[in-house]
Amino acid sequence: MAGGTLELRRISASKSPAPGIRQMPTVTKYIDTTTCIGCKACEVACQEWNDLPAETTVQIGTYQTLPDMTANFWNLIRFAEYENGGLHWLMRKDQCMHCEDPGCLKACPAPSAIVQYMNGIVDFQQDHCIGCGYCITGCPFNIPKFHNKTKKVYKCTLCVDRVAVGLEPACIKACPTGCLQFGTKSQMVQLAHHRVEQLKNQGYSQATVYDPPGVGGTNVITVLAYGDRPDAYGLPRNPTIPLAVRLWKDVLQWLGNLSIVGGLIIAALHYLRFGPKAVKEEAQAAESGDEI
Amino acid sequence: MTNGWTDIRNADVILAMGGNPAENHPVGFRFVMEAKRNRNARLIAVDPRFTRTAAVADYFVQIRAGTDIAFLAGLIHYAFTHNRVHEAYVRAYTNASFLVRQDYAFNEEEGIFSGWDQEKGSYDKASWNYEFDAQGFATVDPSLGHPRCVFQLMKGFYSRYTPEMVSETCGCRVEDFLKAAEIITSTYTPDRAGTILYALGWTHHSHSVQLIHAAAMLQLLLGNIGCAGGGVNALRGHANIQGGTDCGMAYHNLPGYIPIPKANHQSSGQFLEAVTPRPLRPNSMNFWGNTDRFFISQMKAYYGEAASRENDFGYHFHPKLPQTPAGDYENWSWAYIFDHMYQGRMEGLLSFGMNPVANGPHSKKVINALATLKWLVVTECFEQETSTFWKREILELIQKRPEEVQTEVFLLPAANFAEKDGTFVNSARWIQWKWKAVDPPGEARSDQEIISRLFLKIRELYEKDGGRFPDPILHLNWWYTNPFDPSLEEVLKEINGWALKDVRDERDPQRMALRAGQLLSNFLDAQADGSTLSGNWLYIGMYTEAGNLTQRRSTADPSGLGRYSEWAFNWPANRRILYNRCSADDQGRPWDPSRPVIRWDGGKWVGDVPDYGSDSAPEAGLGAFLMIPEGGARLFVPGQFVDGPFSEHYEPAESPVLNPLHSRHSSNPAIAHFKTEWDVLGRAEEFPIVCTTYRLTEHFHYWTKNNAYNMQLQPEFFVEIPEDLAKEKGIEKGDRVRVSSARGSIEGKALVTKRLQPMNVAGKKVYQIGFPIHWGFLGRGQQKGSLANLVTPTIVDPNSFAPEYKGFLVKLEKA
Repeated sequence: MAGGTLELRRISASKSPAPGIRQMPTVTKYIDTTTCIGCKACEVACQEWNDLPAETTVQIGTYQTLPDMTANFWNLIRFAEYENGGLHWLMRKDQCMHCEDPGCLKACPAPSAIVQYMNGIVDFQQDHCIGCGYCITGCPFNIPKFHNKTKKVYKCTLCVDRVAVGLEPACIKACPTGCLQFGTKSQMVQLAHHRVEQLKNQGYSQATVYDPPGVGGTNVITVLAYGDRPDAYGLPRNPTIPLAVRLWKDVLQWLGNLSIVGGLIIAALHYLRFGPKAVKEEAQAAESGDEI
Repeated sequence: MTNGWTDIRNADVILAMGGNPAENHPVGFRFVMEAKRNRNARLIAVDPRFTRTAAVADYFVQIRAGTDIAFLAGLIHYAFTHNRVHEAYVRAYTNASFLVRQDYAFNEEEGIFSGWDQEKGSYDKASWNYEFDAQGFATVDPSLGHPRCVFQLMKGFYSRYTPEMVSETCGCRVEDFLKAAEIITSTYTPDRAGTILYALGWTHHSHSVQLIHAAAMLQLLLGNIGCAGGGVNALRGHANIQGGTDCGMAYHNLPGYIPIPKANHQSSGQFLEAVTPRPLRPNSMNFWGNTDRFFISQMKAYYGEAASRENDFGYHFHPKLPQTPAGDYENWSWAYIFDHMYQGRMEGLLSFGMNPVANGPHSKKVINALATLKWLVVTECFEQETSTFWKREILELIQKRPEEVQTEVFLLPAANFAEKDGTFVNSARWIQWKWKAVDPPGEARSDQEIISRLFLKIRELYEKDGGRFPDPILHLNWWYTNPFDPSLEEVLKEINGWALKDVRDERDPQRMALRAGQLLSNFLDAQADGSTLSGNWLYIGMYTEAGNLTQRRSTADPSGLGRYSEWAFNWPANRRILYNRCSADDQGRPWDPSRPVIRWDGGKWVGDVPDYGSDSAPEAGLGAFLMIPEGGARLFVPGQFVDGPFSEHYEPAESPVLNPLHSRHSSNPAIAHFKTEWDVLGRAEEFPIVCTTYRLTEHFHYWTKNNAYNMQLQPEFFVEIPEDLAKEKGIEKGDRVRVSSARGSIEGKALVTKRLQPMNVAGKKVYQIGFPIHWGFLGRGQQKGSLANLVTPTIVDPNSFAPEYKGFLVKLEKA
């Protein structure tokens, strides 16, 4: 919301190109699970910055605050006990990954309800949200959460309002160990690779940076000591935008485009045959087919 | 901390043991992470549980709660047997070369030191001392070869702690111990530094002081004390617990660690004679030789004009520790206070920022004790279990009804830390000013206003009605501009101190050292003739003519080692690393030139504020430990502790096994047991499981259960249970379970985990469980009765009197 239209790179359900012309580097959140102590300062900082109410929780046999994120809780540390030659207690901060190719945005049928800024932040504009929940289907990380009262969907904004005025996101600010960092994508990727090298030298041969190509890379990148087992951290191995969304948006859109082209050909034929007036009707019909 | 938080970044090896810094000190833990990231430091976690610290450690070893001394002793043995001792350091800076009396001995079969009196249940410590020459100085053998020199005695003493013995006692595998030992002792070389971080996991034992002694011995052998990235570092559990300790909160000390006067010290002269040590080596500075300056200046702070040479500087006004009929001194430490109270020896209690019913140990005994009081004043920012102990639901725990309790209870609403000015002294000994953020709500007042108003009222009553001994109250120096609510800047100034009249230079009487009214800036500015005032000598220098230095916030760090010498004020004397003389060799050259703390530049010491004579040349051979009469650090401790000159492994008072080293004296023989009907211990046959209590990062003590955000993060009391044990008992995660000890029981949800593994101890399968302390009766998401201390024992360490909250026995069942 904080970024102006000059900063928009993509807009949901819009055929016209996004109006963003301002040059901005892509921003990225860096999460190093090997120095995260699961203190949850980021969880509360997120709630406090965004003025979200505290959740009512119960002890569920783990240190994890909630089984999953909620519409009021956008940042969750996932705890897992993982055995791999020895015992490991994995803690990973989970939140919107701010995909380069965001499945939520792709799935969203409401114009401008989901936008991607020039700096890569994917943000929900709740005042345009129609509460259909398609973004939930579109997300390979199961991030967006539906709010029962407002009938809208919510998730991490990467503190777009803070970033817009040159501040780091609230979770980064609160992190006591430095396992969270914030900067441009290239800076953060460099930092992550440096850390991975260090881990490899210390014997973590599978250490890796989680920046999955299936969604065009993410603007939240995660250093994993056991990179061969992202599932142990609760991360999908090869996340991609669900087939249905791709079909719907890419194939159907292509079909739609085909129908536009087809429509134009027909219109041309029609024009040649009957004159100018009916062309507009045909073109409109073709476009509206895309919006179902 | 001997070093400081920011210095941890200089370590090559970090041993987190007896503490879980990632959990309890998440902010300071950033420096551990920096060391890991920037220096490739190795983090070793040794703990009964696989903790949050273990989660980011390079190596974790699980040990049985209460066996840390055995583990450390094993490391000491490993260092000796693998030639991993920094010998030049040990020779120069410790008492390794000192010769010990012939009659000192340790009976390995029995597990007792010489001087044991079975009848009294205590030691005569006379034999735990050095051999002295005709001048009264301790004799030494610098070759370290004499069979009765400390070095050889120590080597022999710890030879029993083989890796196999460590494994049998601690329950860890031999190879795990050896791997940890290899990493930890790798810091014996001059170019490597290792730090130890510990907290209540070491202090909550019936052998806690000896545990820290063992850690100090290890670090001295490895040459890690005084160096950047080294030290023995106590991580304090509250924002200002260090300040409380420094300023005489413990019953046996005055501010500045001066022992409290005793009833049989009839004059200040007699008192000072008794508490001032004499030098034990010709080269020792014996800085405590200045105790008279510090004590008299403190008396002037307390009693002002009323303290004069004529009345022995008000010595007779000052409270003194009474003697028991047997001639010992009375003990008024925490657990003893409630024992005295239970036995009806107290009329009232002022409880500031404390919640004894929850703090324990043994909440039921505490509740019973409170019920004997005529009055109780609780000053707190929340209503809590102590101020409501008289309510039905709490009294039910001891089968009493509210109408049976006559205690009149007052709850005074207090401002919390952010609602008042003042200072915090952190673990690194930084005295840091803090500014009030918001006004206290409603009628809440700052502690100083509450205390002042109480005091002024009491003084008024003494003035009007007299009393048995009004002098200390009537003569108390209450000089503050606003006597009802003294400015803490004024109090801070008073703690630092100033000259009451002109003071001439001792070495050059022509020169004026201090003008009347001038604030003190050096320890030796304090005078023993009543011409200066200082509330706590240790803090001298924090508020000088240069201003309130606790408010400094410069992040300049010319050292590049995170010293930040102009950030706040670091007692003593703004010294960032204690014992820093040891960071350099006998010529004053840093052992590790890449991490210099101080060095001799030919005329003076440069770097950190030297813990040494600032212009004393290395050749002069001044002892490196100025506060110790020997001048060198004590590996062997002559007579200071009641339970031995070396650290020996003793089992917790409640243990699943007998001590594998000596079953006859299995637990610490010097423990003094309380004798009421509540002071009971369980046996392993009935209570086979080892239990510990601890804190969570999501909560602060018994406060944050009132905060919705903290509560959502850890909503309920829970019990952590190993998977195997849960299977044996048919317990699944989320089930309600009951944990019972000989004292009481507590119920909560089961958290079944792999992070607690069964252990093989002395041929026996032993389980450990544990639970956090943060719940009780009040607060959000009320879970009635989940007070952790309902099950803890009233056993305390015989030196520090800290309760044994870690490593007691329980049984577990499905509720």
